Amino acid sequence: MKILVSVKRVVDFNVKVRVKPDGTGVDLGNVKMAMNPFCEIAVEEGVRLKEQGIADEVVVVSIGPKACQEQIRTAMALGADRGIQIETDQELDSLAVAKLLAKVVEEEQPGLVILGKQSIDSDNNQTGQMLGALTGMPQGTFASEVNLVEGKVEVTREVDGGLQTLSLNLPAIVTTDLRLNEPRYASLPNFMKAKRKPLDTKSPADFGVDISPRLKTLKVEPPAERQAGIIVGSVDELVEKLKNEAKVI
Amino acid sequence: MRILVIAEHDNVTLKGATLNTVTAAAQLGDDVDLLVVGDNCGGAAEAAAKISGVSKVLVADNAAYSHKLAENLGSLVTELASGYSHVLAPATSTGKNFMPRVAAALDVAQISDIIAVESADTFKRPIYAGNAIATVQSSDSVKVITVRTTGFDAAATDGSAAVESLDKVTDAGISAFVKEELAQSDRPELTSAKVIVSGGRGMGNGENFSMLEQVADKLGAAVGASRAAVDAGFVPNDMQVGQTGKIVAPELYIAVGISGAIQHLAGMKDSKVIVAINKDEEAPIFQVADYGLVADLFDAVPELERQL
Ligand SMILES: Cc1cc2nc3c(=O)[nH]c(=O)nc-3n(C[C@H](O)[C@H](O)[C@H](O)COP(=O)(O)OP(=O)(O)OC[C@H]3O[C@@H](n4cnc5c(N)ncnc54)[C@H](O)[C@@H]3O)c2cc1C
Ligand SMILES: Nc1ncnc2c1ncn2[C@@H]1O[C@H](COP(=O)(O)O)[C@@H](O)[C@H]1O
Repeated sequence: MKILVSVKRVVDFNVKVRVKPDGTGVDLGNVKMAMNPFCEIAVEEGVRLKEQGIADEVVVVSIGPKACQEQIRTAMALGADRGIQIETDQELDSLAVAKLLAKVVEEEQPGLVILGKQSIDSDNNQTGQMLGALTGMPQGTFASEVNLVEGKVEVTREVDGGLQTLSLNLPAIVTTDLRLNEPRYASLPNFMKAKRKPLDTKSPADFGVDISPRLKTLKVEPPAERQAGIIVGSVDELVEKLKNEAKVI
Repeated sequence: MRILVIAEHDNVTLKGATLNTVTAAAQLGDDVDLLVVGDNCGGAAEAAAKISGVSKVLVADNAAYSHKLAENLGSLVTELASGYSHVLAPATSTGKNFMPRVAAALDVAQISDIIAVESADTFKRPIYAGNAIATVQSSDSVKVITVRTTGFDAAATDGSAAVESLDKVTDAGISAFVKEELAQSDRPELTSAKVIVSGGRGMGNGENFSMLEQVADKLGAAVGASRAAVDAGFVPNDMQVGQTGKIVAPELYIAVGISGAIQHLAGMKDSKVIVAINKDEEAPIFQVADYGLVADLFDAVPELERQL
């Protein structure tokens, strides 16, 4: 079985981004970029399925500017076999990403597509589900466990009330949650090896997909700042403040 | 402007998130229909009819909808959507699961997690773990929206809407329910609790959470956790508060042994009053806390419990 994993280049999760003074967006100049953490988990899952002999090839795809080849190389250093970059400098709605991925799915015919549940920049949590609708595939979102059994995939999902397990026909879509696995680190020799793995570059036009945005960002502003509070000296004082000052207990 | 809201429920009762979503819908227009999709969901439908500001409750009651499979829910809502200018669902794990399928099937973008309605086509939503708030405008014919419930008050429940059943059944037959393990608790739900006591890695292990439970019992509070506490196996995943867990905004949030990483703050910094108990006075959680107590939690929490 072939597995397609979709990875996004985003700001590193440790960075506290700042809004640009002109309100057009956040300042990403000189900011560390990385693979979206949920996508790292997706790559790890694909690689593990290959190591278990369940998958025979892991193909990684990323859509974005030239620099997202770094994340494709990282995924290949982690064990993916080859990469596809769809190059565009335009910021894309999840719908456009899903449409491009649907074309890749059509070409590659994977048995399983693994995506992150959410990009930590847009916080959209949409692409995998959209890809499901566009390809007619079932989905197991927010996965904390993935098992291939008898031509189907069983996915345990982190839902609001606890855990839910579904059985999906293949081909299927899985989106990863934090507890699915703990991604490995790529070693230097593996980074060297990854340089020789094939990386195909395409453009949205090659797929005939209209990626013009449906959503326009009019303004980006910082959130309301909280007023700095006080340090209390004791539990007594804390309880007194909560009762008489804040009046919340 | 005709607006369709998808109700969140467990067939028997309606979840609070539905009420906040109706409030968001009412800011868009006054013709709001509510869809209850479920299996033996008469109880939820009855409760739905009492929400003020709802014109009509549509009920799709069928075994195909018993476990809210995204494929089935998605196709039903897609079919119904054509008559509406806006389709809204709460940004719960159910809403997040099926709504993007609806958007893609309609060939429209989805606007996730809105916290304010600016106009019929313009909304505010947090991005970058809440470190920025974007105002976005949609040019699509149907606006598909998930609503962050902490951004809107709950609608009143003194209405009496007409109830109409739908006989349409969409069963894609490509996914099936296997099992579920749902947390059983007598405490209030995290997302609707007025008080939350949360524990982090500093709690040390799962047993120590019983200290927080005792405080929670005295305050009628829910118990939450940081990702580190969930990852370490102290508590189940449904207790995680944060950017990628639950978003909460109670009257009082007590963070115990939690450092205050941006991903955690993203889920709780809109709480009215924040208390932090941490032995490290440099912990970032103190920057958002109204009341900070620098102390060992193993002394402070039992003492707090005694004083309540
Ligand atoms: C993609 C992604 C998504 C994430 N999503 C979330 C999310 O949704 N929610 C979330 O919470 N995190 C999330 N995180 C993780 C986040 O970055 C932090 O790692 C996590 O919040 C840390 O949890 P913590 O504060 O419990 O642990 P730590 O950072 O280890 O802090 C423990 C704290 O306990 C204090 N402490 C220890 N012992 C005691 C004691 N005896 N008495 C008093 N204080 C004590 C310490 O001083 C310390 O401040 C995410 C991370 C990533 C990469
Ligand atoms: N530009 C992109 N390139 C590749 N994959 C993407 C891209 N954008 C989103 N994805 C995938 O979709 C997941 C969810 O993203 P989102 O729906 O934007 O929150 C990510 O974790 C990726 O797996």
